[in-house]
Amino acid sequence: MSLVEVTDLTVGFGELRAVDGLSFRLERGAALALVGESGSGKSTVASALLGLHRGTGAYVGGAVEVAGIDVQRASDDELRRLRGARAAMVFQDPLSSLDPYYAIGDQIAEVYRVHTRASRRAARARAVEVLDRVGIPDAGRRSRARPHEFSGGMRQRALIAMALACEPDLLIADEPTTALDVTVQAQILDLLHTLREETGMGLLLVTHDVGVAAGSVDEILVMRHGRVVEHGPVATVLGTPAQPYTRELLNAVPRVDGPGGPRPRVDGPGMPRPRVDGPPAAVGGTASVTASGGGASVAASGASAGTGAGTASGASSGTRPGTASGVAAGAAVEEAPSAAVVLEAVGLRREFGRGKRAFAAVDDVSLTVRRGETLGIVGESGSGKTTLGRMLVGLLEPTAGHISPGGGVRPDVQMVFQDPVSSLNPRRSVGESIADPLRARGERDEGGIRERVRELLERVGLEGAHYDRYPHEFSGGQRQRVGIARALAADPRVIVCDEPVSALDVTTQAQVVALLGELRRELGLALVFVAHDLAVVRQVSDQVAVMRGGRIVEYGPVDEVYESPRDPYTRQLLAAVPALDPAVAAARRATRRAARQQLAAV
Amino acid sequence: MSGFMGNGSTGNGFAGFVLRRAVGVLVTLLAISVIIYVVFYVTPGNVAQITCGPRCSPAQVQQVADQLRLDDPLYVRYWHFLEGLVAGQDYSTGTAVQHCPAPCLGLSYQSDQQVTELILTKLPVSLSLVFGSMVMWLILGVGTGVLSAWRRGRLSERVLTGVTLVGVATPVFVIGLVLMIVVCGELELLPFPQYVNLTDDPEQWAWNLLLPWLSLALIEAAAFARLTRSSMLETLAEDHIRTFRAYGVGERSVIGRHALRGAFAPVIALNANNVGSAVGGAVLTETLFGLPGIGRELVHAVDVVDLPVVVGMVLVVGFFVVIANALADVLYAVADRRVVLA
Repeated sequence: MSLVEVTDLTVGFGELRAVDGLSFRLERGAALALVGESGSGKSTVASALLGLHRGTGAYVGGAVEVAGIDVQRASDDELRRLRGARAAMVFQDPLSSLDPYYAIGDQIAEVYRVHTRASRRAARARAVEVLDRVGIPDAGRRSRARPHEFSGGMRQRALIAMALACEPDLLIADEPTTALDVTVQAQILDLLHTLREETGMGLLLVTHDVGVAAGSVDEILVMRHGRVVEHGPVATVLGTPAQPYTRELLNAVPRVDGPGGPRPRVDGPGMPRPRVDGPPAAVGGTASVTASGGGASVAASGASAGTGAGTASGASSGTRPGTASGVAAGAAVEEAPSAAVVLEAVGLRREFGRGKRAFAAVDDVSLTVRRGETLGIVGESGSGKTTLGRMLVGLLEPTAGHISPGGGVRPDVQMVFQDPVSSLNPRRSVGESIADPLRARGERDEGGIRERVRELLERVGLEGAHYDRYPHEFSGGQRQRVGIARALAADPRVIVCDEPVSALDVTTQAQVVALLGELRRELGLALVFVAHDLAVVRQVSDQVAVMRGGRIVEYGPVDEVYESPRDPYTRQLLAAVPALDPAVAAARRATRRAARQQLAAV
Repeated sequence: MSGFMGNGSTGNGFAGFVLRRAVGVLVTLLAISVIIYVVFYVTPGNVAQITCGPRCSPAQVQQVADQLRLDDPLYVRYWHFLEGLVAGQDYSTGTAVQHCPAPCLGLSYQSDQQVTELILTKLPVSLSLVFGSMVMWLILGVGTGVLSAWRRGRLSERVLTGVTLVGVATPVFVIGLVLMIVVCGELELLPFPQYVNLTDDPEQWAWNLLLPWLSLALIEAAAFARLTRSSMLETLAEDHIRTFRAYGVGERSVIGRHALRGAFAPVIALNANNVGSAVGGAVLTETLFGLPGIGRELVHAVDVVDLPVVVGMVLVVGFFVVIANALADVLYAVADRRVVLA
C-alpha cells in the first residue's frame, strides 16, 4: 500500500479550479516534489492531503488516501489523528507559522500531547529532544524562547521539530526554504535529507524552485494550472524534459554556475556607449576578508563542486532563448569601459540607533557605477544591501562618506522596489503613479504628462490605454513593469533596483530581467541591481559586490567573482546555491556534510 | 555577566517607561486644567450672579465676586489653583477661614465644600459602578464575540450579531428603564436600587448595583462583541492558526488558546478607553438609578458654572482615562513580549 495515493483530485474555490484531475502516488520512504509557478495549485494539493480544505467552502473531488486513511471520508476526529501524527506539515514562513505568544517548546509539547496523552512534563521533554534533534544548540534553554527570539533558520528548524515530534510517516514541506537565505536554505535541505535517511519517512516537497527540488527528491511532478505537466524521476525530468513547459521553466531558471543566460549585452542597436579598452573598472578599495576558518574549508571544497556543475549544465544553457544575441560572457568586463562615472560612493557608512545600541548597517563601502553598466550587489538578509541601495537613491542620509553627484534625493537616480504590490498606491491609477515624478519635477501640462506616461507604458511593454487602470488589475510582473515605468519617468541616469524580481515567478522574472537589460542598452542607463539571488545577479551584472555584515567582502567583474572567488564567504555562498543537476546536488551535499563532520571533530 | 547587564538594562527600560508615562500624565492633566480655565473664562454669563442666586442685589453679587476673586485676571486665578494643589490654601468664607490641605482643588462656589472632599464622596460610587460593570461587559462582550467568530456564517452567529446591533443602538435609559420596570416593578425580584456603601454592607452593595451594572454592561458589551469578533476573524486567518489546525489540535484549543490571545490587544485598548471615560461619563446610568456618582455631580456643576468643582472632577476623570491607557500599554507588553516598552 502506498503512503499517499491521490486519484483524480479536483479542488475548486468558487469558479476557480485550483487543482484539476490530479493523480499521483508516493511510496513509503520516497520523496516527491510538486513543482510549479504561483497559481499552479501545488500548495492546494498539499493542503488537500491533510484535509485542510474541509470547512473552508472549497469543493474537493476525487480520492485522497494518506497512510491508509481516506481523507475525503474520514470523520473530523480521524482527520485530527492523521494531522501531525501520521502526516505532518512544514510551512513556508516559519515566523508567522508559529504562535508569537507561546514558547517554542510549549507549542511543540502541545502538539505532542494532542496525539499521545503524554504528561505535560513528558511532552516538554519530548519537545526538547526533537529541538535537539534538528540541531538547535542548547535546546533545553532555547525551548523556552518565543519565536521572535529565533533566527529564520532556527524557526524553520523548530517547525521541523514540531513535525518530527510524533514520528510521522509523511512529511509535507510547503516551500520550506523560500523565506530563508541561501546558506540557511542549504542547511535546512540537508537536515530534511538526513532526517529522511534516518527515520524513513516519506517527503512531499512543494516548491517553486527547481533547484531546491533537484537535490532533495527522487521524483518530480511539474504542475501548471492545476494539472500534471510532467511526472517522472528527477534526473529524467530535469535532464531530458519531454514537455515544452518544463523546458520553458528550466530555461527561465537563472544559473549561477555558468554565464550565457539571456544576459542583456551591451552591443544592441542604438548602443550609445563609447567603448574604450582599458583596465577593469575600479575595484572597491575596501574589499576585505572576513570569514571564519571553519566556513572557509566548507566553501572551498563546495566551490570546486560548483565549477563541475558549470560544465555539467553547460549544454542545456546553450538552448536558452536570447543567447544568440549574447556576446561571450566576459566581453563586457574585459572591455571595461572608462565610460562616464554616473554614481560614485566613497566610504559610505550608515548607523542605526544611538549610544550603546548603535550599529552600522553599512560600513565603509565604496563603489563606482558607470554609464551603461550594471552593478550587482548581492548578500544575505541583514548584509546591508538594501540600506546601501536606499542611500544611493538619497532615501537615507549616510552617517559618513559621500556620494557624488550628491545632495538630498537625486532625481537622476531612481528606484524600483521589491514588492510591486505594496509599492504602488492601490487607490490611484497606474498612470497617475507613473506621472508623479513628472509632476514633482514641476510638469503642469496635463496633455503632455498623459502623452509621456503613455510612451513610458509602451516602453515597458504595457499598453498606453492602461493609464486609467488600477494596480489590482495587473499581474505581479506587469506591476513591476509599472514600477519600472515610474522610475523611468524622471529621466534617470541610474536606476537602483532593490530585489526587483524576487517576488516574481521564474518565467516572469526572466521577462523583467530582459526588460531591464533592454532599457539599459537603449537608454544608456546604469543599473544597480540589489538581490539575494546569486544566479539572477550573475545573469544581469557586469560588476558585482558581495556584501556581508555591512561591508563589501568581494568586488569585481562578475565572471571573475563567480568563477574564482577570492573571499571564503563568497565561496560559501556559491556552494550553497542549489544545483539543477541531481548528481551535482548530491555531490555538494556530501561535501557540505563532510565539512560539517570535520568541524564537529575539531 | 552578560545576564546581569541584560537584566539591568531591561529594568531601566521599564522604570524609564513608567517615568515617561508619569510625566506624560502630569503634562496632560495640566493641559486639561488650563483648557477648562480658559473655556470658563471666555464663556459668557455672570458667574457671581449665578452663584449668588437670582434674588441677590448688585452689592451682594459684588461681594460674592470679591470673595471668589472673580475679578482677578485669569493667570492669577490659575496660579492660586496650582498653589492650592501643591501647598494647600486658606479660604475666607465670609465669617470664618477654612483651611484646605493639599492637594486642594479649591472650594465649591455653590456650597463652600472642599472639592477634594466632594470628589472623595462621589468617586467610590462611580468606581463601583464602572468596575463592576466592566467585569460584566468583558464577559458578555468577549464571550459573544468569540462565539460569533467561531460560528461564523451560521444562524446562531447571525442572531448574535443582530442582538449586538440592537445593543449598540439602544440608549441606556431604555434598557435601564425596562430592566427596572420588569425586575423591580413587575417581578419584584429586587428592590428599586439605592446606593449602599461597599464598606457598610458588601452584599447590599452588590444587589443594589446589579441592575446599573447590567444596563451599562449591555450597551458596552455590544461594542466589545463586535470588536472581538472582527479581531478574532483576523487572527483566525493567520498562519500560526493554520499550523495548529494542520497538527490536529482541536478547534476549542485553537480558538481558546491561540486565537483569543492574539485577538485580545484591541480589546484591551478599547477597554482602557471605556473604563476611563465611564468614570465621569456614565451620567445617564447614574441619573436613572439615582447613584450619587461623579457624572451627575459634574453635569450639575457645569449647569451652575461651579468652576472649581468642574476642574476638579474633570481632572479626576482625565486621570483615570490616562492611567487606564497606561495600564493597557503595560498589559500589551505583558501579553505580547515583542512589544518593546520604549
